[in-house]
Amino acid sequence: MSIVAEGQPKERLPAWSRFRGWTTNPWGRPRFLVVVTWAYVLWSIVPVLIAIQFSFNATRSRTAWQGFSTRWYWGDPVDSVWHDPTLRHALVQSLKLASADVLIATPIGVLLAIGLARWQGRGSRASNFLMLFPLVTPEIVMGVSLLLVFTQVFTFVHTGTVAQILGHVTFSISYVVVIVRGRLFSIGKQYEEAAADLGASPSAALVRVLFPLLMPAIVAGAAVVFAVSIDDFVISQWLSSGGGTDTVPIQIYSATRAAPLPSTNAIASVMLVVTLGAIALAFFVWRAFTRGERRTGAKPTESLGVFEI
Amino acid sequence: MYRRWLWPGFAFPGVLWLVVLFVVPFYAVLAVALGTVDPILSRPVPIWNPLEWNVGWVVEVLHRLAPGGTFSGVAVRTVEYVAISLALCLLVGYPVAYYIARHAGRTRNALLILLILPFWISYLMRMLAWVNLLSPDGYVNRFLVFTHALGQPRDWLGGHPSTVILALVYGYIPYLILPLYAALDRIDRSHLEAARDLGASPFSAFVHVTLPLSKVGILGGAVLITLPMFGDYYTPNMVSSAPQTSMIGNQIDLYFHGGPQPTIGAAITVLLAAFLTVLMAYYMWTIHRASRELQAA
Repeated sequence: MSIVAEGQPKERLPAWSRFRGWTTNPWGRPRFLVVVTWAYVLWSIVPVLIAIQFSFNATRSRTAWQGFSTRWYWGDPVDSVWHDPTLRHALVQSLKLASADVLIATPIGVLLAIGLARWQGRGSRASNFLMLFPLVTPEIVMGVSLLLVFTQVFTFVHTGTVAQILGHVTFSISYVVVIVRGRLFSIGKQYEEAAADLGASPSAALVRVLFPLLMPAIVAGAAVVFAVSIDDFVISQWLSSGGGTDTVPIQIYSATRAAPLPSTNAIASVMLVVTLGAIALAFFVWRAFTRGERRTGAKPTESLGVFEI
Repeated sequence: MYRRWLWPGFAFPGVLWLVVLFVVPFYAVLAVALGTVDPILSRPVPIWNPLEWNVGWVVEVLHRLAPGGTFSGVAVRTVEYVAISLALCLLVGYPVAYYIARHAGRTRNALLILLILPFWISYLMRMLAWVNLLSPDGYVNRFLVFTHALGQPRDWLGGHPSTVILALVYGYIPYLILPLYAALDRIDRSHLEAARDLGASPFSAFVHVTLPLSKVGILGGAVLITLPMFGDYYTPNMVSSAPQTSMIGNQIDLYFHGGPQPTIGAAITVLLAAFLTVLMAYYMWTIHRASRELQAA
């Protein structure tokens, strides 16, 4: 083929025709789909990469590149993430809410998942139904209802950090339940029954058999809770009391609507690194817990089953 | 005794939490929407007893939503934006999910990671990225002016419906592609082989086998992104913030954060939730059925 091509000048079709032939060749791979898929992937990632690029811009512009600098991270004495108290507080507030959310929602969700999977009684169906509701309720409906409940009923809870944590936990519990329950179903009851046959009490079987087996799902659940909490904008905003209780997404929102500086891009990039770090950490812990399991059983994507249904 | 209360006991803290902070709050919205307004302070006065509920404000909002009312434009626009965005998401998302599930081969894992990546990037940051790109001197305008597609830079962020729809598609499409991928990945290839053996062309095998088998994934994913889109107010606010592109969520946001009339805001919220109940019920039914199947397997 190449010998022929070298020997005589090959007739070259116009670029567009060659491209069409390449994409619609019925004997080859579905190239049309290849083009669409990679175009989509680039489209979904590149804008964010450009936003990160401009967090390193040397001037105040977020649209014209004028050289690399770290001034928006710490160099600028007024407007950098490190020196601007609003941005620093937002960062701290986001991390505070996410950590509290993980610490409260994960245990409650794990217990609820076990309870709902094993409880056969009367209220089980209704509780199951109730648990699914927060997953499908639009966030604005939840935001309005939580704001009204804290201003009309539980007036002892003022808007601010505590209300925000309560709100975050409310929408996070169901994620943990769905993830942990998937794992519970896939491991079945036989391990607990084996432990009982060998003389373990129900509580011993629970602590020494079931919990270790659930660990991968618990880790995945905690990671998802951290990510949804860090990412949350609506609940945090509705329950914010302004000032020090604004989170990073709220800062991004209000800065974008006013006059954003590259420091907005910088704080968004910091948040992205924090999230990816947490996910990577969770992934390694998850892998340590699933070591030795057959590869057919557990895939990381399956533990994130929330998004698969 | 111990056995009987063990499992309900496990579920108790979670159920209690959801009752106190999910059911009661929703009841509070109903009480405010169906309550009255203090004539002097113009503050909402919730009515807690369902027998005394006052439907006045809800009826008022319904009137405004009806054709010719002050909210009708917003309502129609919201449905239009959501419908167009959903159609675009499916148009782009289905081929992508199909390719990765069926043909990606060695690149499959890499592509899956790239599909999941947007989940870990803050939604607001992804919107910020587009605000940067679409600014008057941003890359999009520069590119279009450079290629002479535009004579002069266009003010994309000045209230164009197309910008809002682009942002909605960009924001929500990842949440559609993963369920689609999962549904397409689950299809047993032997069905397709059987169809081909029985003489179906690739196209008719797709129409008669793949498409019906992925129906649950399509509907589930579509509902999954439709629900939050209907409640969205931050996306239009970030990329446009002009009144001519505001959605129903903006109206709610305005009544709580801008105006002194939370009662009307609560009434819109109740009506929105009622409107979305059908979609929510459908989605919960699919989750329920999937978990049943999981339990049975």
